[in-house]
Amino acid sequence: MSALDTMFASLKKEGRKAIAPFFTVGDPDPEFTIECVRAIDRAGADLCELGVPYSDPLADGPVIQASYTRALEKGLSLDNVLETSRTAVSKVSMPLVAMVSYSIIYRRGIDRFVGNAVDAGLSGLVVPDLPIEEADELDRLCRQRDLGLVRLVAPTTPQERALAIVRKATGFVYCVSVSGITGERRELPADLLERIEWLREKSNVPILVGFGISSPEQVRSLCKVADGVIVGSAIVRHLSNIATTSRSHVIGEIEAHVRTLVAAVREKN
Amino acid sequence: MATYSTISQVPDTFGRFGQYGGRYVPETLSAALDQLDQAYVESKQDPSFTQELDQLLSAFVGRPTPLLFAERLTAFAGGAKIYFKREDLNHTGAHKINNTLGQGLLARRMGKNRIIAETGAGQHGVATATACARFGFECVVYMGSEDIRRQAPNVRSMRLMGADVRAVTTGSKTLRDAINEAMRDWMGSVESTHYIIGSVVGPHPFPRIVRDFQSVIGSETREQCRRQFGRLPHTVVACVGGGSNAAGMFYPLIDDIEVRLVGVEAGGKGTKLGDHAASVSHGKPGILHGSLSYVLQNEDGQTSDVHSVSAGLDYPGVGPEHSYWFDCRRVEYTSVSDAEALDAFDLVARREGILPALETSHALAWAVKEAASMRPDDIILVCLSGRGDKDAAEIARLRGMTEGASS
Repeated sequence: MSALDTMFASLKKEGRKAIAPFFTVGDPDPEFTIECVRAIDRAGADLCELGVPYSDPLADGPVIQASYTRALEKGLSLDNVLETSRTAVSKVSMPLVAMVSYSIIYRRGIDRFVGNAVDAGLSGLVVPDLPIEEADELDRLCRQRDLGLVRLVAPTTPQERALAIVRKATGFVYCVSVSGITGERRELPADLLERIEWLREKSNVPILVGFGISSPEQVRSLCKVADGVIVGSAIVRHLSNIATTSRSHVIGEIEAHVRTLVAAVREKN
Repeated sequence: MATYSTISQVPDTFGRFGQYGGRYVPETLSAALDQLDQAYVESKQDPSFTQELDQLLSAFVGRPTPLLFAERLTAFAGGAKIYFKREDLNHTGAHKINNTLGQGLLARRMGKNRIIAETGAGQHGVATATACARFGFECVVYMGSEDIRRQAPNVRSMRLMGADVRAVTTGSKTLRDAINEAMRDWMGSVESTHYIIGSVVGPHPFPRIVRDFQSVIGSETREQCRRQFGRLPHTVVACVGGGSNAAGMFYPLIDDIEVRLVGVEAGGKGTKLGDHAASVSHGKPGILHGSLSYVLQNEDGQTSDVHSVSAGLDYPGVGPEHSYWFDCRRVEYTSVSDAEALDAFDLVARREGILPALETSHALAWAVKEAASMRPDDIILVCLSGRGDKDAAEIARLRGMTEGASS
């Protein structure tokens, strides 16, 4: 059983939903990233998704793109990312997964990358530019090492294809809420809850929803059906304030933000 | 290694050219790419589709384009006879229109009436704006702000035809970033919008579709050579950025193994990573913009900044079929520097009365050098992929001249 399976099993037993904040490794530097992971853990998050900066992220909106650019401009290497992850994992109890472009995995060598990720203590990979047709090799290697390979289902995915995707998923299924790039949305699609329910029924692994989610109200409403939510741009937005305010202030803001999200799913109705 | 007889039998149903190609994109785009693939396969079996495209290529574009004997350039080079395939004579001044009309018809077939495109030199943007005006589609063109500056005449043309030209100010502000922005637009608009990609790059089925629509260049050339010379040329040369004019010229000749095929990449200012845009010559297999191909990236898989004097070649990747042809050793890839390309521009302008595009000037520079070492009865044929009116102001700026000053 992987660390992700264990975490979701215990959530299920307690009848709780997962809050999974996402933010960028190395923006503005690895020390800050480690502090930030600790703050997110303290705030009660169940899982943290670390964004591995990439030069050409096709699925990301301006907030995450800008954050990736800032990290890469400081010379952040893949080895820095892996070292930072290893240190962060050792300081918290929640599992960490990496959101990483297949360009980065391919260049390092698929086998070697999987080994690096396991050594860094990561519990899973989310590869946003790797559809099922191209994922067999990575899937085989991840299964060998018990590393979750999270699969994404989009609003445009036809049902038959969605079934094939959820059958392949390990760790959890990432249900993309909206057609489009990452970034906060005031409104989510009307049929989203229905889509999540359908996936929930078909999948053996938990369904987490992401893209466009920022407010506690959205989290509360989605978690009525989903097993948890991923909140990205709304968290990463705090990182852009580092230039104008103190690091401890930004850490405090992120921690407070995550607490509001956690509170939203723990309230008794 | 594939044998010559099978080299043309690509891609497979997953869009693989040997190991290259494929589809590395967010799941959101998968359904649209499947839809496009299906629409394309159906269109190939529909005689009315081919008929309509042929009519457009004839009456709207002005095809077939002629072969021209470059007499004074040949005399200058002092060797093989140099011929031009005149894609610069197409409506809108380059080969790009061959593809945008084909994809425009596909968009109409799929019921999509909003079109997005990226452009580097602006030739693909103009060709897309033109097709959209002709078909009555809404048109948005993403263009790097650096390219908007250096290719201003094309920006004016696009806007005159009603296109919304959007400046891309992220990253290197060139073609690569324009593709990123077009893809991001498509992520949110995919159900109503078709993305007319301008080169043989991107996820499957784009590399195949663009190659096929551009193959009219090589098919015509093959027939014209047989008719006019009774044989095929000794050597055929084309410039390679993403590689669409080269793919269109080479593909119909790929099984004619006696013909030497040469792709000329942008050598820029030197061989250091960042100083050129020669992905096949200096790159390694990697993933960019949805396909596996030779790319210029660092050890971590981060795309490199690249440089070329020519906006259309200023791209850190290349179409997957070129990578396949390179590995099969069917096509040779070489590069030409900024300075050599600028010299070739001048040479062809003054000796042939044709202003070639700076992209094309790379192929011309190599052809002139190579012709000198060939026999006088050999034929070296250059794909004159586009005209260089768009480059006149930028060349003047680079040369430190002011427009209108006498030289």
